[in-house]
Amino acid sequence: MSIQVGGQLSPSQKFWRVVLYTLLVVFAFVYLAPLYVMVVTSLKSLDEIRGGNLMMPPLDPSFDAWVKSWSYACVGVECTGINKYFFNSFKMAIPAVAISTFMGAVNGYVLTKWQFKGADIFFGLILFGCFIPFQIVLVPMATILGKLGLAQTTPGLVLVHVTYGLCFTTLFFRNYYQAFPDELIKAAKLDGAGFFRVFWRILLPNSLPIIVVTVIWQFTNVWNDFLFGASFASGDAAPMTVALNNVVNTSTSVKEYNVDMATAIYAALPTLLVYVLAGRYFVRGLMAGAVKG
Amino acid sequence: MASLQVLNVIKKFGDVEVLKGIDIDAEDGEFLVLVGPSGCGKSTLLNMIAGLDSITGGEVMIDGKVVNAVHPKDRDIAMVFQSYALYPNMTVEKNMAFGMEMRKIPKPERDKAVMKVAKLLQIEGLLKRKPGQLSGGQRQRVAMGRALVRDPKIFLFDEPLSNLDAKLRVEMRTEIKKLHRRLGTTIVYVTHDQIEAMTLATRIAVMKDGILQQFATPQEIYDRPSNVFVAGFMGSPPMNLIPAKIAKDGDGLSVEIATADERTLRLKLNGTGKGLSAHVGSDVLLGLRPEAITDLESSDSGGDIQEVECSVEVTEPTGPDMLAVLLLGGIEVVSRMRSSANVHMGEMTKFAINMSKAVFFDTETEERI
Repeated sequence: MSIQVGGQLSPSQKFWRVVLYTLLVVFAFVYLAPLYVMVVTSLKSLDEIRGGNLMMPPLDPSFDAWVKSWSYACVGVECTGINKYFFNSFKMAIPAVAISTFMGAVNGYVLTKWQFKGADIFFGLILFGCFIPFQIVLVPMATILGKLGLAQTTPGLVLVHVTYGLCFTTLFFRNYYQAFPDELIKAAKLDGAGFFRVFWRILLPNSLPIIVVTVIWQFTNVWNDFLFGASFASGDAAPMTVALNNVVNTSTSVKEYNVDMATAIYAALPTLLVYVLAGRYFVRGLMAGAVKG
Repeated sequence: MASLQVLNVIKKFGDVEVLKGIDIDAEDGEFLVLVGPSGCGKSTLLNMIAGLDSITGGEVMIDGKVVNAVHPKDRDIAMVFQSYALYPNMTVEKNMAFGMEMRKIPKPERDKAVMKVAKLLQIEGLLKRKPGQLSGGQRQRVAMGRALVRDPKIFLFDEPLSNLDAKLRVEMRTEIKKLHRRLGTTIVYVTHDQIEAMTLATRIAVMKDGILQQFATPQEIYDRPSNVFVAGFMGSPPMNLIPAKIAKDGDGLSVEIATADERTLRLKLNGTGKGLSAHVGSDVLLGLRPEAITDLESSDSGGDIQEVECSVEVTEPTGPDMLAVLLLGGIEVVSRMRSSANVHMGEMTKFAINMSKAVFFDTETEERI
């Protein structure tokens, strides 16, 4: 199928165009259906959920479930809502993302612009970290966190996520800076800028696309992580994902689907927002370096 | 302003020797051009002078002081890069002032220096723009401006004009020469363009494969290239190199060129062949610049002119003058004459050869005799 700009489509082209758009619309529905079900279910009352059609819009929309989830829902045995855990996740994600992004940038800078002997091997070893499954490190990580006195705390989780994220952030920044012109660094050196000045004044201001990519990647991973959260911080410091699990998997009372759905939406909202706000940079960032200029 | 000495400088990348002992001595205020084909090590040498590449052996001296271990920023040099290397996140003004900012020069002073240079280069209107909003020529000017505000002892130019279109390149070339005359600062300029080298330099260093081939004034390099490589590299079209034999001819010497029909063409050497007597009977290469072979009317008035009849293979009018490919003996040579010269393709015509401009090379060593 060729694409004609501004011209008349022939009948066969018109036919295929209709097929194409129909397919796109169908797939869009398929992908949006779960979100739709979550939203309408969270707005229904329990009675309506039990008796009604899954896809039907709510007869009497109400945010009761959202309020309950936020302030009263039982997370395990404590019925104080998920608000505390929601903020726990922020307290974990923001420093974890900031630190791992910054360190990844410094790593990338050193690995490309201040090359030392064995830099490539060093980078290869760091890359290795990207392929280590989470489960393998659980026990040694628990030991280390215990020795550091960080077990069951948010700083402990931050440390875990920084360690794990560093491999990816280093990879991103290293590849981005590889394409960054060396002559700019040379010019800055001649101008009298030292190691960190070159980094702050020249490299970082020109790294926005890759910073956005890294932040989205890291934030999504850290926020959505369940395994580390459940293993290393299941009590008061538990992140949102663990709280969500505890709300949904409660075995003590009636299954409140509307509250579960509201909680799940709370849990998904921050990552969604990050995508929406920074998404256009994400695509741009992934493409950066492919074409000069 | 400063003098620059490069003493037996060697550069190795691993086992590969990129520079094999370079000696260059540039006086204060000199416009030194490093020229050579790609990969000859000229940019590496420039980077070593700048301090951006380490020196494996030998010494680089600025103003009589060895600077091998001196940090680039403390060498008091400024460099213009081939890609211009303007900081994309800063305005032109900030770009130019960055070096002074790093040196903690107060803002009013920085602004004054930037304004002065901007006026000199006529880029005042661009100061608030970012590099992305500039044309190639404007970027080039800003890159020069950034070097100029520093008021360094030595300017280093790394192929600064190679990204410009042909017309702009010629304009900027003139501008750089004007700037040099005005400022009098020592300049080291790297290029692979031999015309740039000839027009700009007070002295040229011709390099090949990490070896300095010749270091002399442009005229000296043009008239008396030290070896076959320099003869072929400098000048366009290049010097004609004709296989020949030195022979005794009465009291003096003559040079014999084999022709297609196994006769020999004799050119008398009236006093030009000093030092050639040792080569009597041996093969040499006779080097003649295209403009040393002309039609009779436009032959040089002085010197040792000899007339030879040649067949004209091809004529190539370039506008200002005409290039003609002739058969001199059995060898094709290029000659250059006025565009009005009465020379036609396929005809036998008499040509004047200025033998006092001739140079000879040893066929074995390819060095000038």
